[in-house]
Amino acid sequence: MPQVMDADRMSRALTRIAHEILERNRGTAELALVGIRRRGVPLARRIAAALHDINGDDVPTGALDITLYRDDLMRQPVGPQPVLRRTEIPFSIDDRRILLVDDVLYTGRTIRAALDALIDFGRPRAIQLIVLIDRGHRELPIKADYVGKNIPTSPAESVQVRLIEIDGTDEVIVQNGEAS
Amino acid sequence: MLRSRHLLGIADLEPAEIREILETAEAMKEIAARPIKKVPTLRGRTVVNLFFEPSTRTRTSFEVAEKRLSADTLSVAVATSSVTKGETLLDTVRNLEAMAPDIIVMRHGSSGAPHLLARLCRSRIVNAGDGMHEHPTQALLDAFTILEHKQRLDGLKVAIVGDLLHSRVLRSNVHLLGKMGVDVWGCAPPTLMPRDLPRFGVTATTSIDEAVQGADVVMMLRIQHERMHGHYIPSTREYFELFGLTPGRLRRAKSDVIIMHPGPMNRGVEIDSDVADGPYSVILEQVANGVAVRMAVLYLLAGHDAEGD
Repeated sequence: MPQVMDADRMSRALTRIAHEILERNRGTAELALVGIRRRGVPLARRIAAALHDINGDDVPTGALDITLYRDDLMRQPVGPQPVLRRTEIPFSIDDRRILLVDDVLYTGRTIRAALDALIDFGRPRAIQLIVLIDRGHRELPIKADYVGKNIPTSPAESVQVRLIEIDGTDEVIVQNGEAS
Repeated sequence: MLRSRHLLGIADLEPAEIREILETAEAMKEIAARPIKKVPTLRGRTVVNLFFEPSTRTRTSFEVAEKRLSADTLSVAVATSSVTKGETLLDTVRNLEAMAPDIIVMRHGSSGAPHLLARLCRSRIVNAGDGMHEHPTQALLDAFTILEHKQRLDGLKVAIVGDLLHSRVLRSNVHLLGKMGVDVWGCAPPTLMPRDLPRFGVTATTSIDEAVQGADVVMMLRIQHERMHGHYIPSTREYFELFGLTPGRLRRAKSDVIIMHPGPMNRGVEIDSDVADGPYSVILEQVANGVAVRMAVLYLLAGHDAEGD
């Protein structure tokens, strides 16, 4: 079970991403962070904290649950439905630049669902994508704007991001086989 | 996860399943606050609303819930269907099934009608009220509304007052509230009091003052003239005198009491207008919450295999 990122490197990656956000957007005006449930949400909050540490601005942060937009929800209608969680976007996304945050970018289908969900909330000026890990194997034409770390994987492997807020520890591990 | 592919009654549900529906409803409620109040979840799914009894609130609530989940909906009202031409319930439903609906939402005047269909049909069945038996989504939206105000169910005193004998809302609520640890009181004239209430853990009383005393929630039920084949009460005026909820009687309840009513209300019969429109009334919130709860039920049931059990 090789660890590919520890707490220190995770923290540095998120701080670097915060700097890249400021460089690319020339400040934080009209920015907002939206984390994809579940692990995108604490990551979005950490990036918001990093932005605050760098230049003192508070960037509004929301949480998006994409369950109702999944493209595989009704394909295999057997067994329990995925647990639905609350979407909380307590600000207007109209004309804002939205920074969408997720833990792992893989097929791109989650991001496709998140884009559809976001558009139902209004018309942002732009949407940029932040991921902690890009593991490749895209099935849709989707690309991240900010990447914590690129990790080449085989489709048989599984990448797990663990965060203190949810899992009690900060690390990224790559597992072999079907375990997830 | 829900164990059954149908929602026929609260009696069949475990407390964990009730909690799952209520938690899902909480997430669904946020959709009503969006500029675009629609999610693509049930796209391509067909839901038939089959109502053999008049209904405005429940039918429109289900329709809104289905549309917000992007299902294709089809509403059949009995007055316009072949039932008036002598077709049996089963034949009507078999014909509808030939159009391959995924879910049938059904209201029927006979207790147990949805259970019959659930045994004989391929579609998932949602009971939207069957005779004097159950009305599960009403009890779920009542519990959801209580939770929003009290943040808990366990240990609350809930008084249910009115025509208890003919009420499917009562039966579903007694099952649900009992499973969740609520102290349930039932109040009705002796002629409208079901005999078995204490067997379900309900304290029965003919005194509304006793029922309302210290209550966290007062739930008023309508006198169901359409189900009464006989003389149960001398007059609606006398009923209001003895069992109507007035501001004076309400003073016995807790200071943060909430007043609920599943509708339709008969003002001046079971409830005073000042109470119905007063600050403690959450009657219109119940209607709004009904949509979120029904979206949750449709979403959770849609996950089950159409063939399996």
